Amino acid sequence: MDVATVPGVDPHGAPRGPGTSRPGLVPPSWGWVWKLRLPRQPMLRHLVLALGGGAVLFGVTSVISSYDDYQVAQIGFTAVAIAGLSLLTGANGQISLGQGAFIMVGAYGAGLMLVHTTLPVFLALFVGVVVSAAAGVLIGLPASRLRGPYLAGMTLALAIGLPALPLKFSKTFAGEQGLSINPLQPPGTVDPQRWLAWYVLAAVLIALVLLGNLMRSRYGRAFRAVRDDEVAAALSGISVARTQVLAFAVSAGAAGLAGGLRGLATGGVVPDAFSVALSISLLAGMVLGGTGSLLGAWWGAAILVYAPQWATSVASSLHLRPGQGSNLALLFYGVVLVVVVLLVPQGVQGGLRQLAASTGRRLRGDGAVRSEGVSTVKPTLREGEELP
Amino acid sequence: MERFVDLTLNGVTYGMIYAVVGLSLVLIWRATRVLNFAQGAMAMLTTYIGATLIEHHASYWAAVAVALASGFVLGGLIERVVVRPVETGPVLNPVIVTLGMLVALEALAGIIWGGGLRSFPAYFSQVGVVVGKHRVAFSHFDIYVLASIVTVLVLLVVLFRFTPLGLRMRASAFAPEVARLLGVRVGRMLTLGWALAGVVGALAGVLVAPKLLLSPTFMDAVFIYGFTAAVIGGLESPLGAVVGGLGTGLALSYVGGYLGSTLEALGALAILMVVLMIRPQGVFTRVTSRQV
Repeated sequence: MDVATVPGVDPHGAPRGPGTSRPGLVPPSWGWVWKLRLPRQPMLRHLVLALGGGAVLFGVTSVISSYDDYQVAQIGFTAVAIAGLSLLTGANGQISLGQGAFIMVGAYGAGLMLVHTTLPVFLALFVGVVVSAAAGVLIGLPASRLRGPYLAGMTLALAIGLPALPLKFSKTFAGEQGLSINPLQPPGTVDPQRWLAWYVLAAVLIALVLLGNLMRSRYGRAFRAVRDDEVAAALSGISVARTQVLAFAVSAGAAGLAGGLRGLATGGVVPDAFSVALSISLLAGMVLGGTGSLLGAWWGAAILVYAPQWATSVASSLHLRPGQGSNLALLFYGVVLVVVVLLVPQGVQGGLRQLAASTGRRLRGDGAVRSEGVSTVKPTLREGEELP
Repeated sequence: MERFVDLTLNGVTYGMIYAVVGLSLVLIWRATRVLNFAQGAMAMLTTYIGATLIEHHASYWAAVAVALASGFVLGGLIERVVVRPVETGPVLNPVIVTLGMLVALEALAGIIWGGGLRSFPAYFSQVGVVVGKHRVAFSHFDIYVLASIVTVLVLLVVLFRFTPLGLRMRASAFAPEVARLLGVRVGRMLTLGWALAGVVGALAGVLVAPKLLLSPTFMDAVFIYGFTAAVIGGLESPLGAVVGGLGTGLALSYVGGYLGSTLEALGALAILMVVLMIRPQGVFTRVTSRQV
């Protein structure tokens, strides 16, 4: 990939080494809290964030109940799937409804390895990521020629069509019953769900550090340059199609990791689990957490994990038919997608960021208004469109 | 050979239904430059309304009329309430909003009617007619399906080509500012476009429902096939959507008949990928250069 570094295309704080810091040009998106405590160098900053977050999560998961640990694991793998989608949509401006399908590819890739070979678990997960990323390249090739709604429609076809494959080739994929995967063997007397939570969190944090670094690298800048203006990006020497395919592959790879971890956590891979509803709920999680924000992916994931439970208790208090909790949760996701886009396009993490920034300004007595990336999905004219 | 003929007939009937779904997408796309992902879910909801009426002993025709009318109301309502605010914004926003409507409507149907399968009665016999010695896969109901779809197509052509209202609608879609200057209530025309698309979608719903079973997600696949039809036509051309619908119907009927019906959605994905790789702007539209 011969992407030239493009000065000035990135309004969201390009990485600066410690030696080259310029006064008055601090990365604005983090607000004062982060500026005070975190190193500016992206790799270091992400490592510190991940280690700090990991330590807190380690402490929390060590004291909560076994069931809560299982839910933390769920939040973990959901977060990495949302983070991948967030990178694709927020940073690169492509929308995919196929994230559920890529989760399925990763789940089957890793699951088949675990069932048929004696590979260690992390290598099986890696195979799932690779297979899923390869599928992402395959879908990303036509996708790179498509714009918003066309791409969404094509990936929706993927999400509807792909779960039929395991049913058709039931010898390989174990058909409707699906694969059954042995749970992780915890060392010593560690609770199995706690060990699962640690394993998932470790994998997810590593993946998020890599994704975070990618977002701050020349590739990440190329993603955003292509999102903001394809013609300008191409003029700056960025291969637009290759950048879009790369974003698709990375996003699919993240989904693949989520799939493999999901298989480990739930002890099986069944085709029914990867419905269109899964893809759209991931989209809702992304929009809720804040499109383009990796930290926001955690908010989105937490909401996706807890919403069905709240919905079930609401459903029983409303005396709905049994089993209506999942429908109520879906209704919630749908309303959220509509309402958030209409009212709070920057999501939870964006709202917090703005709050932190405005609090910081007030504390410093600094009246200057710093431009915040409010909506990461920017308007761009497409083929055949006219100015509104 | 017999099987091939059956699959072809089957493909034509389904193809016309996909064409109608595609046409409803084209109507909306031309009016507001929005791809309505909730189109299938809207048709699902109106079909459920019709099915409920029939279960309460209403006549078939009354149920169909109410389904179409509720399609009209639903289409207009969704445009006015949730789509209007995002029509002029970033291109991804209407996509996300209509997707939200898709899951919300499906979940609502699940809450009201439960997730179980229901049947929708066919007014005419669904047993194939006998031609010569063979019973072919073409029933009286299929004749009714084709006849009503052709009627709707003719009515739409008459509306858009030969009535002042159709002219105003075309003007609003083509040049909103100029149309507004000339006294056309552009907003109302856009709402009307969505409402008409709601009627056309509702028609597709009641026509396809007897062939499938009713469930909150039963229109998902039909929507995708209709989308495929519309994309083949380039999302712009009503004629393209009809031809694309027939092509999609035939292709998927052969895929389903010879390879297995579970693969139909993947077949649609393959068609979409091939069409979009070769001619992303569709087969039936002229190439427009990208504006900078």
